[in-house]
Amino acid sequence: MKRKYFAYPYIVWMILFIAVPMIFIFYYAFNVDGRWTTERFVQTIANGDYWIVLLKSVEIAFITTAICLLLAYPIAYILSNMKKSVAAFISVLFFVPMWMNFVLRTYAWYAILEFAFPKLLGVKLLTNSTSNTIAVLVVMVYDFLPFMVLPLYNTLSKLDRSLLEASRDLGANGVTTFFRVVLPLSVPGIVSGITMVFIPAITAFTVTAMIGHGKPNLYGNVIEKQFKSTSGGFATGSTLAIILLICVMVSTLIMNHFDKDKEGGSIL
Amino acid sequence: MKKWICIALTVVMILSFAACKKTIKVDEDTFADGDQYEYIGGELNVLNWGEYIDPDLLTLFEQETGVKVNYIEMTSNEEMLMKLRSADSSYDICVPSDYIIEQMIREDMLQPLDMSKIPNAKNIDPKMIEITNGFDPGNKYSLPYMWGTVGILYNTTMVDEPVDSWGILWNEKYKGSIWMYDSPRDTIGVTLKYLGYDMNTRNEDEVAAARDKLIEQAPLIKGFGTDEMRQSMIEGNEALAVIYSGDAFLCIDENPELTYIVPKEGSNVWFDNMVIMKNAKNVEAAHALINFLNDGAIAARNTEYIYYSTPNKAAMERLDPYFTENEIYNPPQEVLDRCELFHDLGDFVEIYNAAWNKITSK
Repeated sequence: MKRKYFAYPYIVWMILFIAVPMIFIFYYAFNVDGRWTTERFVQTIANGDYWIVLLKSVEIAFITTAICLLLAYPIAYILSNMKKSVAAFISVLFFVPMWMNFVLRTYAWYAILEFAFPKLLGVKLLTNSTSNTIAVLVVMVYDFLPFMVLPLYNTLSKLDRSLLEASRDLGANGVTTFFRVVLPLSVPGIVSGITMVFIPAITAFTVTAMIGHGKPNLYGNVIEKQFKSTSGGFATGSTLAIILLICVMVSTLIMNHFDKDKEGGSIL
Repeated sequence: MKKWICIALTVVMILSFAACKKTIKVDEDTFADGDQYEYIGGELNVLNWGEYIDPDLLTLFEQETGVKVNYIEMTSNEEMLMKLRSADSSYDICVPSDYIIEQMIREDMLQPLDMSKIPNAKNIDPKMIEITNGFDPGNKYSLPYMWGTVGILYNTTMVDEPVDSWGILWNEKYKGSIWMYDSPRDTIGVTLKYLGYDMNTRNEDEVAAARDKLIEQAPLIKGFGTDEMRQSMIEGNEALAVIYSGDAFLCIDENPELTYIVPKEGSNVWFDNMVIMKNAKNVEAAHALINFLNDGAIAARNTEYIYYSTPNKAAMERLDPYFTENEIYNPPQEVLDRCELFHDLGDFVEIYNAAWNKITSK
């Protein structure tokens, strides 16, 4: 019984920083100038502009996640086959940039793309929507790659080696072993990696603001602008936040569906 | 042993940092209107734009009055309003722009200034007072801090034709090399001017026309920027930027290939005024700071540091001709004649915000 007390700080924390902000979001979405109304909510949902931006955000988040997965899987696979001490050292190298503030890292990328490239190579990179979108993708992949590598590495390094030997004994070649044994067994890692990259990517707004200067404009930027607007943006911003919240919850639920054993450490 | 040496070195380092706290020398030239500052004490929370004051002046003010100044920076009027509206807002003094002051007066966020505590207000140019009366009648709540225009900063080595119209921002030749300002009022405002409309229009069709014009421009621009445009223009990365006059002057000072103009269709003249919040705690110190910054010598020092134009006549008399004879810093009357102030639009601003959403989502 006594042990329950240790959970209280955590419960207080959850109420203060998860439940209370949620209540505020709903309050602001339906309470305009002290009056309860669904008018703003309906108006915002009916506005097609926001849905176009949401689609764009989903697209960018999806591409980021896909690239991260394609890059991270081989890295994690190679790491898991290395000697433990070497692998530990290399994974520290992956972590080191994450000790530095996210905004600073993004700003460093801005300096590289905006100033270093034109100076050194005479090529201007950030000139239109397409080039800016590619630049945003590169920076997002850079920022989120460790979140994909680590869960994958965890799962792959825990893989029972005798299963691989059994597969070879039964006549499967390397490729078949990988697709029939390794890949299915690493699904929990993939799922948790996807969750950890997709959700921050869909809510991202600093990268687009600092690298793309409004090109592309993502859902996070729109929400930020609403809260910063001089009049009544709180209702619209909160409604948009609710929509985003629903998207995040749906994608988490889908992901959890694939990870029945909760091996990758699920979020919801 | 080693441990103790480390600790000792750390202590020495911390002490030497503490000893580094600057003191500003005061002599007979420091103040134009005499050293009239008494000890006030307490704290003063100031909310101002980034890089918008000479930090030495704040230290000097602290020295003179014993007030501890907590100086916080913001990047837009919108951000400032958000900070001020939050429940725990404890700012005493801030520096919003014209149309925001109008809105703040309407929303009863400000307290009237006690002019008996600001004798140095006499230094402010009556011409400037007259313009600021356009948004704060009788300067009941605010006194001008800095002012300027909005125009086009361009690189003469990259732009061949003479620039005299906003139309250059729609020229295909400069595709990908045009900076627009990341603010709905400024960007839609200059487009309204280009189309020959009023910058404060409340006509939905006119706003829609400006919106469509900006959507048409979307593939040509590099992006919407604020402070980062300065570095980019100084480095000669881009050809054109819609920018405030003070920033333009600063950029030209660093890179003489740049030039700034206020287009012939007209533009915006803006004022950033100092105001005291209704719930200010240290009202005495807030008045003292406004008085201090309006001292002729202090205002001159401040404007020399930040390059924005001062409305202070006594300061103008002290400034180097490099400033006073510069047409960006001190625009001639004919430029001012084609510029207008932004006004608070009330709820109509939502039409602007909706248009802005459409433009930025392209």
